[in-house]
This record gives sequence, C-alpha cells and structure tokens, in this order.
Amino acid sequence: MKLRSVLRTATAVSLIAGSAAYAENIVIATVNNGDMIRMQGLTDDFTSKTGHTVEWVTLEENVLRQRVTTDITTKGGAFDIMTIGMYETPIWGANGWLVPLDDLSEEYNVDDILPAMAGGLSHDGTLYAAPFYGESSMIMYRTDLMEKAGLEMPEAPTWSFVREAAAAMTDRDNDINGICLRGKAGWGEGGAFITAMSNSFGARWFDMDWNAQFDTQPWKDTLEFYVGMMNESGPAGYATNGFNENLSLFQQGKCGMWIDATVAASFVTNPNDSTVADSVGFALAPDTGLGKRSNWLWAWALAIPAGTQKEGAAKEFIEWATSTDYIELVASKEGWANVPPGARTSLYENPNYMEVPFAKMTLDSILSADPNNSTVEESPYVGVQFAAIPEFAGIATEVSQEFSAVYAGQQSIDEALAKAQALTNDAMEAAGYR
Amino acid sequence: MARAITTQRKTINTLFAWAVGLIIFFPILWIFVLSFKSEGDAIKAPFEVLTSAWTLESYATVQDRSDYFKHFWNSVTIAVGSTLLGILVAVPAAWSMAFVPSKRTRGILMWMLSTKMLPAVGVLYPIYIGFIKLGLLDTRIGLVIVLMLINLPIIVWMLYTYFKEIPGEILEAARMDGAGLREEVLYVLTPMAVPGIASTLLLNVILAWNEAFWTLNLTAAKAAPLTAFIASYSSPEGLFYAKLSAASTMAIAPILILGWFSQKQLVSGLTFGAVK
Repeated sequence: MKLRSVLRTATAVSLIAGSAAYAENIVIATVNNGDMIRMQGLTDDFTSKTGHTVEWVTLEENVLRQRVTTDITTKGGAFDIMTIGMYETPIWGANGWLVPLDDLSEEYNVDDILPAMAGGLSHDGTLYAAPFYGESSMIMYRTDLMEKAGLEMPEAPTWSFVREAAAAMTDRDNDINGICLRGKAGWGEGGAFITAMSNSFGARWFDMDWNAQFDTQPWKDTLEFYVGMMNESGPAGYATNGFNENLSLFQQGKCGMWIDATVAASFVTNPNDSTVADSVGFALAPDTGLGKRSNWLWAWALAIPAGTQKEGAAKEFIEWATSTDYIELVASKEGWANVPPGARTSLYENPNYMEVPFAKMTLDSILSADPNNSTVEESPYVGVQFAAIPEFAGIATEVSQEFSAVYAGQQSIDEALAKAQALTNDAMEAAGYR
Repeated sequence: MARAITTQRKTINTLFAWAVGLIIFFPILWIFVLSFKSEGDAIKAPFEVLTSAWTLESYATVQDRSDYFKHFWNSVTIAVGSTLLGILVAVPAAWSMAFVPSKRTRGILMWMLSTKMLPAVGVLYPIYIGFIKLGLLDTRIGLVIVLMLINLPIIVWMLYTYFKEIPGEILEAARMDGAGLREEVLYVLTPMAVPGIASTLLLNVILAWNEAFWTLNLTAAKAAPLTAFIASYSSPEGLFYAKLSAASTMAIAPILILGWFSQKQLVSGLTFGAVK
C-alpha cells in the first residue's frame, strides 16, 4: 500500500515536472493591424490547447522590420517567432536565417496554402514562413457615384476606363475626388503602388543583366499617366498620401475610386467607421491590355528564426495560428468578414465566406498576381511590387522619393527618371550585380 | 504716455507668447482630444471632431490590450536609473573640469559633445552584439547603462556650466577650514549647485523617458518601456488614431505632470548664471 502511494506520488510529480518542462513561453514580434490584434486576443485558445504561453511584441511595420532584421542578422534570439513579409522571407530563407517549415503536421494540410502565397514565401521550393493573411490590391469604388456618372465598372477594367471614370466622378465643389492613390515616398507606400502599376504598362525594374530600366518608354508612360490622372481627378496633396490618408478620405466619402490593399475592403464596408459602407463595389486592378494587371501580392507570415531554443513550441504556434481551425475560431467569435483572408484555398471554398461581398474579388486579385512572372518582359527578380533582393528596399525608397517630388510638382518626370536610373545603377554596381 | 506704451507692448508680448505657446502645445492638445473620440470620429474634419460624442472607449481598449503599468515601471526604472547613475559619474567629472582644469579639459568637453553628433544607428550593431554577449538584451539594467552613456555628455556639460558659476574662492575657504575633497563636494559645492543639479536631473529624466531609438531596438517583451507601448499602436495600414492618441496620452501624462510641477526648478536651473 505504502509502495503504491509512493509510486503514485512519484508518477504525479514526474508528470507535473514533465509538463512544466514542456510548456514554453514564446516571444512573438508582430505588426499592429486588425488581424494580428485579433490573434493576440485569441491566444488563450492556443495556451489552453498546448500549455505554451505567449508574449507579444507589437510594433509599427517599419519599426518591426528594422527590429527583427537587427535581431536575425546578429542571431540575437530576442524572438521565437517573427512576423515578416514576402520581401524578407526568400532572402532570409536563402541566407539560412529561418527554420524551414518542411515538417508541418499532416492535419495542418500545407497543400491548402494558396499557391501564390506558398510560392512567395519559399526559397528553392522550401516553405520558410506560413502565411497568416495574404493580400493583393484591387479597385474599391463608390457604386452611387459611378451610377451618377452614367458608367458601369467592368470586373476587369483598363486604365483608360479608370481615368475616364475618375474624371466623370470628380466633383470639386463637393470635395469629391474621382480617384485616390498612394503617392507617399517609401518602398512599401507609393513605391509599391507605382511599381505594381508599371508592371501593367510593360515596365520593369531591371533587365536580365540587372541594368536599371527607368530610361525606357514604359516607365515614362506609367508616370505620365499617373501624374496626368491624379492632377485631373486626385485629391490635393496626393504626393504625401499613403494607405491611411486614402482610407480616411474614402471612408469620409471623398473618393470615387481607391486602388489599394484588399484588406481595406473590410474597413470601407464597416458601417461603424465608414460613411459609405453600403455603396462600395469592387473590381480587379486595371491593366493596359499587355497581359499584366497592376495589382500586387503580399502576405504577412510567421517565421521561426534559426537558433531559437523553442523551435517546437514556435512550430506549434504557427500551426495553430495559420490553421483552418483558427479561421473557424475567428468566424465563430467575430464573423466571417473578419477572418484572416488570402492564405488558404479552403477558405474560398467555404460558402459562408463567399457570401462576404469582397471575398471573390480578393481571391481573383490574389490569383491574378504571379511573383515569379510579374513583368511583361522577362525580369531576373521575384516579386510583384518589389524585387526580392536585399538592396531593393533602400534603392526603391530613394526612387520613390524622386517620384514623390514629381507628384508634388518639384521636378519633371524626365528629371526624376534620370535620377532614378542613375541611383539604381550606381547601387547595383556597388552591390556587385553589374 | 511712456507707461501706456509699456502696457501696450506688454499686452502684445503676452499675446504673442500665448500664441506661440498654444501653437507648440496644440499637437498635444489634439492628441488629448482624439483620445476621447471613436476611431470613426477621429478622422473627421476638426470641427466635426470637436462636436462628436466623447468616449472612453479607446482608453478601455488600450488598457485591455496592453499592460500599461509594466511599460510604465520600465520607463520609470530606466529614466530614473540612468539619470541617477549619470549624475553619480558626472558630478566628479564636472567638478574636476570646472575647478581643476588641465590643458586638455576643453578638448575633452568638445569630444564628449561630439559623440552626440554621431548617428545612433551607426553604432547599433556593435552595441546590439555587445548586449547579446553580455546577456543584457531586453533588460532594464542594459538600458539604464546605455541611456546613461548617451546622456552623459549633456549631464557633464550642464553640471560643468553650473559649477563654473560657483566662485572658486568659496571652495578655497572651505579647504582652508580643513574640508577634504569629500566634504568640499558634498557640503559646499552640492548645496550651492542644487538648482543646477535639479534641472539636470529633470532634463535627463525627460530625455531618457522620451528616448525611442535604443529603447525600441534593445528591448522585446520584458524591458520595453512606454515608447514601445506607443509604437504598438501605430500602423501604416489601418486607422487607429484614437487608440494611438489614448496610448500617447497615457505615455506622456506622467512626464507632463512632472514637468508641470517642477517647471520653476527647471527654468531656474536652465537660466542659472545666464544673467549676470
């Protein structure tokens, strides 16, 4: 009897000790946006299932990028999971800085990840980050203003239609701008938009020998079209407008059309924040008939830095946060319109989700972007609105500053393109590409 | 007549000072106003913002989502700790430079000041790697040391300026009366320099409280102060102005209150010796 109770106690103690040793505390660096904040609020579900606890470090996107880059390049080990994008993932994966996600469980069903997302988050066919949500860009437009202008938005419009519609919807007396687009300097702000737009005009950043291509006609056509249309129908001061400024204008009913991230659809159709929530329509980003549309592709994904001591717990978290179960958990608590979009194929086979007004257009937009073949003429880089090389962020920020100076009327298009050509070639030469 | 002109000029000066003060203060006032609005109202035109409903919703959300007090205590520890440590190092340094100068004193002072002109990002990687090796990453003690070091030139310079105003004869007299170095610094110099030391303390607490580069780059979950708390509400993709304003108000309120109550000492210390 005594022996039995001793054995029982010993078993209980070893079980407790075992589970305590197994339960980890993981630190996750992430961005501040609605989907990520929602995930933080649901972390208890993960803890109750696995025993692992989570500490969050939430930072503004640019601060986060600098912070996690410093940590991963120095093997600092401050984070067990990092939220990174499609730009960083293939570069960091190639450098061996990330743990390959090639042994995820069968229930996770890695094949369910949208091919465009999996492709953009892989290097040499190995997945290095699991998409938490994915986005493309599309046209969001005011159905009432379009009707008033006597026009009908096609599902896949051309840039010339968009320009014509923007002019028709513009009503300066009532402070309505036909079109609102990003013009703010920064590779992830106006730089992302104009690069995606340039794809549809047949432009590209580099030829196959990594020579800059800003001295070509398609780039001139892109900027001339953009500046002409924005001067006719855009808001005053558009050179400094980014996502938030345009979102604010659109929600206040001051934009006829807005071409931007598909995740904005849930903001502009939310009656709590948007004054035009019930009159918003969606269409694919425009093209010029050359075979490429002007939409981008992006994903915020979860990756594990190589060298973390808590790889097992980190993988468990990633499997939980990017699973179909998580999507259903969000749907049950906050509705289908609030689930993280653009990551899994099965979401778009779910009839409940397909009832969300912007679901189909989001999927169509994501599917129409190909990071491995984003330009009309062949290009040596991966990425739609960026080139996935380490030097791109710095170069593109400088180039977008030159372009923003054009939008602000501080220099001509020719001057900006000449400067962009020179600075890009200089940087590529210094980096050893040319 | 002369009196009338003086009064008129006084009124103009007062109005001008108020106008400048209001312009400087306006961003803080607007942050305060927006913190009591819903996200939908916060993006409206200024007049509509003022006439829309007032709510504590953003404060409730911020409180619910983040551990304010953890960040607050980290800020207090880092700001006060780095300042006190800085004063401890700077008082003897400033004393020796002010009262026992050598031919290199001026050069050393200028060199110390020149380190403030170095862009912080230029030494980020060496310091980050050093922190990893020493196990100081994401610790309050690490930040206390770094902030002490980056503010040390200012502390030394301020104290040096104050000490220079104190007549050397008084210290000589103390020495004649048998005071040793310790007594001289503790019982003669320090009491005379209290306004200067107080303003140096206050200014450095404010500088350390507001420091955002190192506090964001050298912390993660444990030692993050209020600067990280604010950064967690900023977003280039999504309108969170009301919540960001509430977080900012909560972060700057302690230092504003401290500044308000100590403004007399701060001003008297900053103008110490300015008018002879």
